[in-house]
Amino acid sequence: MLSIKNLEAGINGKMILKGISLEVKAGEIHAIMGPNGSGKSTLAAVLAGRDTVEIRGGSVTYMGNDLLQMAPEDRSKEGIFLGFQYPIEIPGVSMVNFMKTAVNEHRKHKGLPQLSASDFLKLMREKKEMVEIDSKLANRSVNEGFSGGEKKKNEIFQMAMLEPKLAILDETDSGLDIDALRIVANGVNRLRRPDNSSIVITHYQRLLDYIVPDVVHVLYDGRIVKTAGKELALELEEKGYDWIRKEVDNQN
Amino acid sequence: MENDQDNIINDITSGEYKYGFYTDIETEKIPKGLNEDVIRLISKKKGEPDWLLEFRLKSFRHWLTMKMPGWANLKIPEIDYQDIIYYAAPKQKPAPESIDDIDPELKKTFDRLGIPLEEQKRLSGVAVDAVMDSVSVKTTFRETLAELGIIFCSFSEAVREYPDLVKRYLGTVVPHTDNFFAALNSAVFSDGSFCYIPKGVRCPMELSTYFRINAANTGQFERTLLVADEESYVSYLEGCTAPMRDENQLHAAIVEIIAEKNAEVKYSTVQNWYPGDREGRGGIFNFVTKRGICRGDNSKISWTQVETGSAITWKYPSCILRGDNSIGEFYSVAVTNNHQQADTGTKMIHIGKNTRSTIVSKGISAGHGQNSYRGLVKVLKNASSSRNFSQCDSLLLGDKCGAHTFPYLEVDNQSAIVEHEATTSKIGEDQIFYCNQRGISTEDAIALIVNGYAREVINKLPMEFAVEAQKLLQISLEGSVG
Repeated sequence: MLSIKNLEAGINGKMILKGISLEVKAGEIHAIMGPNGSGKSTLAAVLAGRDTVEIRGGSVTYMGNDLLQMAPEDRSKEGIFLGFQYPIEIPGVSMVNFMKTAVNEHRKHKGLPQLSASDFLKLMREKKEMVEIDSKLANRSVNEGFSGGEKKKNEIFQMAMLEPKLAILDETDSGLDIDALRIVANGVNRLRRPDNSSIVITHYQRLLDYIVPDVVHVLYDGRIVKTAGKELALELEEKGYDWIRKEVDNQN
Repeated sequence: MENDQDNIINDITSGEYKYGFYTDIETEKIPKGLNEDVIRLISKKKGEPDWLLEFRLKSFRHWLTMKMPGWANLKIPEIDYQDIIYYAAPKQKPAPESIDDIDPELKKTFDRLGIPLEEQKRLSGVAVDAVMDSVSVKTTFRETLAELGIIFCSFSEAVREYPDLVKRYLGTVVPHTDNFFAALNSAVFSDGSFCYIPKGVRCPMELSTYFRINAANTGQFERTLLVADEESYVSYLEGCTAPMRDENQLHAAIVEIIAEKNAEVKYSTVQNWYPGDREGRGGIFNFVTKRGICRGDNSKISWTQVETGSAITWKYPSCILRGDNSIGEFYSVAVTNNHQQADTGTKMIHIGKNTRSTIVSKGISAGHGQNSYRGLVKVLKNASSSRNFSQCDSLLLGDKCGAHTFPYLEVDNQSAIVEHEATTSKIGEDQIFYCNQRGISTEDAIALIVNGYAREVINKLPMEFAVEAQKLLQISLEGSVG
């Protein structure tokens, strides 16, 4: 589904990703862990098409296409969803209007007719129940005045609405209490299908108690320095990132 | 990063002006220039009574003593008032009896503007007075309205057919001495609309005037006089467009509204005069005086304006709240893109007891646009228990535009409550990217955000026009965000 080869990228002239390679197959959940500043969010930004990140080298192939040539909205319509670490507020634009526009753009792309207002509201209701979000959120402006937890739940709700093939969740767990964490994780698990994949970016292991990854990668200083099964996450939790740092520094 | 933002802004703000065409039609024009002879000529062409000529001459003489106002936050190039044609009229039969007598070219022009002159083609709920340059071409649904006693016709016809009504109200809300442009208009006004709603009548359809400037080197100076007698109601809409030209053209209009006891007038404007090109060449100078008086108790005047056009806009639709318990409202969205400038707002003058006013102003600036809100809330000594609420929001698209707010408060009554809220926000790259990531293109994202921002005002427009206005906002900002 997704194939990243030797990806190098930076922001404002500073190199952040220094040669990343990663293969994600359909149905897999990959966890990307690593200390602050290791490049996790930059990787998410590259995949979503944020133009503030400069690509210096390497390639990214998604469903057989050159992802780096695609506009951000086309990536979305082709099934890439980014759950933002810091969801953006859009005052004056209701969630209903925002989601209706997004869903209909996706449908247009697939050659489907626009949803009628009543069908759309029905879809919203179903998905709200699925991800257990407060139905009042949908009547408010996009993320405006939402608490940190509400914003993250709202990301999962949008993901449920858009049914992505590849979901990238950028530190969706940060700032969540244990109940919100459970709701977010349940949402992700319920949306899991054999033909879709997720990349879960996290600093802490605890999210992975709820979302069980197939593969865990450790990102450190712009490189993937370790890849293993889900047990790696537990090991990191126990030993902290210093252990990785030492190992990498010794190799150098 | 900054360059990218500029590129996005450029892409989105390069929308085309859809109404910039010119109709090649035989036009009768008088020579350029302004003096008493020209005024006598205009008056004669319109076959006016002496009292009206006197009104014009008195206004002109007063205008000669005045200077162009310099207080607005606008850069206005010098205007040579002798280099303007003050009367231009498409040639047609003196008084077209039926639609068949109207020049097909004229009919085509208004069709292209979406204002068909045939009644059966119109939205059934709207009567239109179509004005091209200095004359009214056709007023639809006159007979239907006349059955209810409603008078809706061109200003010139009103002068001929209802001279007493015109004489009684003309200049009572905006006196000829009011300001420089009002004096000029009072001297040279050519046509416009007249509307009278009799006592107890609720006007069953939207009334509207569509102003079209067509001829080159001309100014348009129309006047609208709207009288709502006791217990009546009317909703009125005004639209305007002009051809694309490299020269600026002057539009200096007057609108006067009188609301008697328990009457309600809703006046909506969708102003889309040619705004000039992207470098700021050409466009209309829109210097307009609009004012209504709530003369009777419990009367209400509500102004809603969506201002997307004109190179320079100078207008302050205002309410004089003289009757006790009367209500004044002003809802405005003003867009300035490219090199457009707007200094717009309102005046709410509280005279009667327990009067209330609401001001909601939403400025949107893009490109090099400069947008100023200027508003006065004045509460006089006897206006006890009066209230005002003002909200002025500014939205900036890009970093080369400007938003300014000039609120003035003069409160002479201790029991009055006056509130003012103001915000300034910017459409951020983050917001656009967030929308992009959900599959929404940058242009659609901007439209979504701008419409969300302006929704409160757009919702005040009559339904048919709310949709139009939304589209217009989108077009005016096409090519403009970051």
